Amino acid sequence: MYYIDPHIHMVSRVTDDYERIARMGCVAVSEPAFWAGFDRGSVDGFRDYFRQLTEFEPKRAGWSGIQHYTWLCINAKEAENVELSREVIKMIPEFINNPGVLGIGEIGLNKNTKNESIIFQEHVQLAMELDELILIHTPHLQDKLKGTRMIIDMLMSDRRVQPERVLIDHVEEHTVGLAKEEGFWCAMTLYPITKCTPSRAADIIEAYGDDRIMVNSAGDWGPSNPIAVPDFIQELRKRGHPESKIKKIVYDNPLEFFRQCKRFEFTPPDTLVDVVPTELPMER
Amino acid sequence: MIAAIQTSPEVFEQTFLLIRARILEIAATLDRLDRAEAAESVRADPRFRQIQQGLEILLSDGFHRAAQIQEIFSDQYDPTWMKKYLTTGERPALSPSVPH
Repeated sequence: MYYIDPHIHMVSRVTDDYERIARMGCVAVSEPAFWAGFDRGSVDGFRDYFRQLTEFEPKRAGWSGIQHYTWLCINAKEAENVELSREVIKMIPEFINNPGVLGIGEIGLNKNTKNESIIFQEHVQLAMELDELILIHTPHLQDKLKGTRMIIDMLMSDRRVQPERVLIDHVEEHTVGLAKEEGFWCAMTLYPITKCTPSRAADIIEAYGDDRIMVNSAGDWGPSNPIAVPDFIQELRKRGHPESKIKKIVYDNPLEFFRQCKRFEFTPPDTLVDVVPTELPMER
Repeated sequence: MIAAIQTSPEVFEQTFLLIRARILEIAATLDRLDRAEAAESVRADPRFRQIQQGLEILLSDGFHRAAQIQEIFSDQYDPTWMKKYLTTGERPALSPSVPH
């Protein structure tokens, strides 16, 4: 089955991973800007990162026939440096109209601090000014429920925010209802230990339905599995769910959300042969 | 909502050994904690109480056990947080009447 991984940090993965996910049926990925494992020291560090996301990664993905999309922001972990965050936010418009950029993300909260909240709102302000989609990171573990509520409070307090143009990511059993009830899109991340397993994600689908929801691997430099979405597909198949329902979650829903972006262009997989680039990795 | 496709007996047949294995894994881990030195200090750790509360929920009925256990391991939410965190000057100027 063809699928889309709507959240994966391919800058942290090797080219072989692109090849592996392509063999599993992945036809497109979207890559939010995130934390590199260390705090970057300057706005130029982010400028280089945004160039990597918008110039090199689409090319590298293309070597395996995968269409690459991205989101731009400064991650919540680095939002404690308010001055740098504001410099980065000011720089985002330089890149926002590049092909493949879907919007502002993944913004959100990490430890639910005051500075994170301020920078979150300033990202939302930018998204509203530029009429962009928003991808939201919700915190980890004990911070998730509180942080998700705080994020929804901030979004609902801004009447310009249209919930159907916002994706709240990393939802689990205790937060999926909060996001869906307010009309937001949401996504479940399939991680080996934290977040959701494929079976729990399938349980959440059975409990909350398949509208406005998707799954991702959030593959990055930490413990993660870039082929987690196929594991989820297999779990639903084993339970007897029809192929059409599975396709809706792993392919149709990401496309429906992404298509709200005015720059979004997608070539369906049955015509992908037409867009496989001629520049191969050995030519780098 | 999509109902579970399988019947409960079918789910049970498929997951019995998995549930058994996971219960055993938890039991063995708790045994390991108790036979190691300074087990009393772990029992005094608030996180151990969270584990105990989670195990109690496993014995209850219903179909929201996972969400209930998640809430045990979650920080408290303060609905007045925004007033405490964000003064007017720190919030970006909003234009509530401007739609997309």
